[in-house]
This record gives sequence, structure tokens and C-alpha cells, in this order.
Amino acid sequence: MSPTAPRTGPGTSRAPYGSAEVDPRQATEPILALNNVEVIYDEVILVLRGLSMSVAEGRIVALLGSNGAGKSTTLKAISGLLPTEDGEVSDGSITYQGRDITHTDAATIVRDGISQVMEGRRVFEHLSVHENLLAGGYTRSHGEHADDLDRIYTYFPRLADRRSQTAGYLSGGEQQMLAIGRALMAHPRLMTLDEPSLGLAPLLVEEIFSIIGRLNDELGTTILLVEQNARLALDIADHAYVMESGRIVLDGPAAELAANPDVQEFYLGLTEEGARRSYRDVKHYKRRKRWL
Amino acid sequence: MNIFVQLTVTGLTNGAILALAALGFVLIFKSTGVINFAQGEFLLIGAYAVYVGTVAAHWTVGILLGLLVAVVLGVGVERLILRPLVGQPIIAVIMVTIGLGIFLRSVVQIIFGNRPLPFPDFIPGGSVNLLGATVPANRLWGIGLAAVTLAVFTVFFTRSRHGIAMRAVADDQQAALTMGISVRRVFAMAWALAAVSAVIGGMLVANLIGVSGGIIEFGLLVFPVVILGGLDSVPGAMIGGAIVGLLITYTGGYVGGGLQSVVPYVVLVGILLVRPYGLFGQVRIERV
Ligand SMILES: Nc1ncnc2c1ncn2[C@@H]1O[C@H](COP(=O)(O)OP(=O)(O)OP(=O)(O)O)[C@@H](O)[C@H]1O
Ligand SMILES: [Mg+2]
Repeated sequence: MSPTAPRTGPGTSRAPYGSAEVDPRQATEPILALNNVEVIYDEVILVLRGLSMSVAEGRIVALLGSNGAGKSTTLKAISGLLPTEDGEVSDGSITYQGRDITHTDAATIVRDGISQVMEGRRVFEHLSVHENLLAGGYTRSHGEHADDLDRIYTYFPRLADRRSQTAGYLSGGEQQMLAIGRALMAHPRLMTLDEPSLGLAPLLVEEIFSIIGRLNDELGTTILLVEQNARLALDIADHAYVMESGRIVLDGPAAELAANPDVQEFYLGLTEEGARRSYRDVKHYKRRKRWL
Repeated sequence: MNIFVQLTVTGLTNGAILALAALGFVLIFKSTGVINFAQGEFLLIGAYAVYVGTVAAHWTVGILLGLLVAVVLGVGVERLILRPLVGQPIIAVIMVTIGLGIFLRSVVQIIFGNRPLPFPDFIPGGSVNLLGATVPANRLWGIGLAAVTLAVFTVFFTRSRHGIAMRAVADDQQAALTMGISVRRVFAMAWALAAVSAVIGGMLVANLIGVSGGIIEFGLLVFPVVILGGLDSVPGAMIGGAIVGLLITYTGGYVGGGLQSVVPYVVLVGILLVRPYGLFGQVRIERV
């Protein structure tokens, strides 16, 4: 079956892969909204300080920010993983498709249609590629697995060649593909990805980003993409948020942000003369002064 | 030759039962990280449950009762005793399983007393001629039953949704959560399955030596077995069980003099020197 073929009729309560009937580029109703979310770890460490953002259905939204800004924490708050790290949403709310999911447990959130691809890939090392994918399809019925596996192997032909290989021995790029494919097995409407480019060679990163774009295009999956590679993220995103120290400090259409001089200087590594410079070299206080 | 065949059959029976007991131990360690020092008592409880059901009604009732008790025991221990201990130091959890073992043993003693009870033979008795040697039929049945159980478990882990979910949790709990796998449910399932394998093991031991506290001593042999095979390896539990079972029996048969209780540990130390993770223990995969 080709990935673009229509999948289920409107009668199914859990339509797979978002609402493919609506042209995703036109839908504007937010599928996910965070309202003044505060997150505390260990009851004392305040990491998110009133973060608000929203993700429109069918779009790719990028969340940018430097190390320790709280990007991963934001994704964990959405996916219900905070309790596993002694963290909690102490104020504000998270709504998904109009329903409050602030304190919903991780397993229910996956069933509701949000899947997270964690930072650092986190494949099940001792399981084969195939078994990793089956684990990803845990919430689906057995009958659906064959089609889903076919679809994922079409998107990631490298995985198809290595289906019985132990995942721990795959290359970093292959592991990232497996992590994405595994998340797809749950038929997410909204997929959150935490730094999928981490530690990968530029060519591989481009390959993975182009697949993310296709998933959004062809399956209608809404994407929330956390990245430090701002250039690529702004390239494929419709909308982007920039966060610093647990708050959103800037947001707008991706193209607009890419043209913003501050973003150019601090996130795209461009100085006024257009020379490339890593934003990592920029002193932290300088950024604070501009945006807070 | 006769003696060799007889000893081999005896050794394999012991090994198969040990493998079952060890399998339960490995299941718990692998998915929850807890070392269950009460595994021997699980065997004991299982044997008595099957005994009670069989004496009161029929062996089918006995087995059903045994399985029921196993599931209740496994899930109950996980929920009531271990879940409140989540996040506590591992030594606390280990102490708790030791305490649990003593508690279970005492309860059984209070109810049934110290005297060994003859296990009703539901496995056909008599003897069979095998390669010129006379071997008791119930031992062959024991080997067969254990082998079938181990095969079922293996298929469960490699093919079924819940089996794969259990292995996923063993690898990475947080990532498993992001697949919608309930880690708590997997923990409960690990304890229940461990208890089920212990019940079948306990029943087989009881069939050989009667229903008594001696079952626990047999259960203690899971430690050399799992350390030999690898604490987290299911095939290791099976092969470790066979090795220890055969070693003990051959030493007892050919050498004697109580040496059989020492030899497994000597071999154990030797193997650990060469393979610190045990024969089949999972090597941590390090990629850079
Ligand atoms: N489990 C935890 N317990 C305590 N503090 C934490 C925990 N996880 C994260 N933090 C703190 O919260 C802050 C934000 O961390 P987070 O991982 O969300 O940042 P990030 O934006 O994803 O950074 P990076 O780009 O390095 O991945 C950091 O200061 C970090 O030390
Ligand atoms: Mg992060």
C-alpha cells in the first residue's frame, strides 16, 4: 500500500495519522495548547516558568532554544513523563484537542494520539529492529501491524534491510530512524521529536528531516520539533517558538523568524556581515538582555 | 552405562526444575531489577497449593488452584510490598524479599506442620526402559513438562505483544512508557509469571521428594543457576539449570561424600572468572 493512499473512513473513532481529509495547511484549530505551564523538579527546581504555546493541527512547529532552556522538559510535560523524573506541572494547563491532559498518565496520552520521540533515540537495544517496531505498536491491535510495518519500511528502507538486527548495534542515524518509525507505529496525530539531529552527520540529518516533512505531508501527522539545529528546523517548520530559561521569548511564522536579526545572530550563527558563527559561542547574558 | 543413563535422567530432571525456578527469578530481575530471595518459598507455596487442590478434589483442580495462588501471590507481592518501595535503595528491597520468604515459609509451617506429606501421584508412576537402563517414568514426565513450559515462555517472549513489552521495559522503562506500555502492569505481570513458573517447578519437586520444607533447599540452587547462566538471560536460566542439575547428580553418583553440594559453586566461580556476566548474561551495548 502506498503511504498516500486513504486509510480509514470517517466512522473510525481513532482515525490513524491525524485527519487526512482536511488539507493540513489550511487547518488552524490548535491541536495542542500549553497555557502558562510551570514545571518543578524535585519540588524545588523551577524549570518552566509560565510557558505558553500552541500547535495548529497538521502543521510543523519548531521549538528552539539553547542547552538547558527547558525544551525537553516541555515535551515531557506534554507526554506525561515528568512523574518518572520527580517532576510535575505545578501550575497552568495543557490541552489536547480541547481536553485537559495536564495530569494524564503517559500510557493514556499515547492512546489519545501523542507520541514522543525522545532525545538520544532510546531504542530498545537488545530487541531487534522488528521487535522495536512491534513494541511501538503496543497500543494497536495485532491486525494492523502488518500494514503499519509495511508503511514504515517504505519510509525507512534502511530499516527494512536490517529488520532482524539487534537495535543496539545500528548506527546513530539508523537508530534515529528506528525511533521515529517506532513512534509512528502508534498512529500519532501529534508527534513530538526531541533533537532528532543530535550527533548525526549533516547528510543524514537532511535525510531524516526530509522524511519528517513527508510524514507531515503524506500522513497529516502534526509535528512538534525541538531542535538546536535552527537552520534546518526553520526550513521545514510552519511556525516556530524560541525559548529561554523556561519561557517563550519569541515566536512567529518560521520564515519570519529566520529573517529576524536576533535569531540570525544567536541561532543561525550569522553576524551582520553574514559570516557563520556558532550561537554556542555567544555569551549567555547577552541573550538574556535582549529577550527578557 | 546403566548408571550413566540413570544419572543423566535424574540430573536433567533436577536441571529442568531448576531452570523453571530460575526462569521466574530471571523474569523478575530482568524487568524490575529486584533480586527475589523468596523464589524458593514461591516453589514451596506452589507445591502446597497443588497438593491441597489435588487431595481435596482432583489434580486438575490442584493445578488450577496452584496457578491461581501463583498469580495472586505474584501480583499481591508487587502491589502491596514492592510498589511502596519504588525509589528506595536496592538493599531495602532485597531485605524485604528475604523477610517475605521467611514469612511465607512460616505460614506454610503453621498450617501444614513440619512433617513431609506424600504428594499424590498424578504423574504416571512405574518405570521405563531407556537405552538399557531402568528409569522412573515420572522423571521423564517431569523433564517433558518443564521443557514444554520453558518453550511456551520462550514463544511468549519472542512473539507475543506482552512478552515484547516486558523485554522493552527491561531495556528502557521511560522509552517503553512513550510506547504506551504500562510499566506497572509489566511489573505485575513479571511477578505473576515468575510465580507461575515457580508453581510448576514446585509441583515437580514435590512429585519427586514429597511436599516439605526440603523444597526450599532445592529452590536455593537457583542462585548458582542464575549466576552461571546470567542474571538477566532466559536461555541462560535453562542451560544453567541443566548444567547445575547434571553436575550435582554426576558428582553425587560417581564421587559422593557430600561433594555434590560444593561442586556447583566451584564451577560457578571458574566460569565467572572467564565470563563475568555469566554464560549468557546480556553484555551492555556501548556505542560511541
Ligand atoms: N529530572 C530532572 N531533575 C532536575 N532537574 C532537571 C531534570 N531534568 C532537567 N532538569 C533541569 O531543567 C533544565 C532544563 O532541562 P531540559 O532537559 O528541559 O533542557 P533542554 O532545553 O532540553 O536542554 P538540551 O538542549 O541540553 O537538551 C536544566 O537546567 C536541567 O538541569
Ligand atoms: Mg533536551
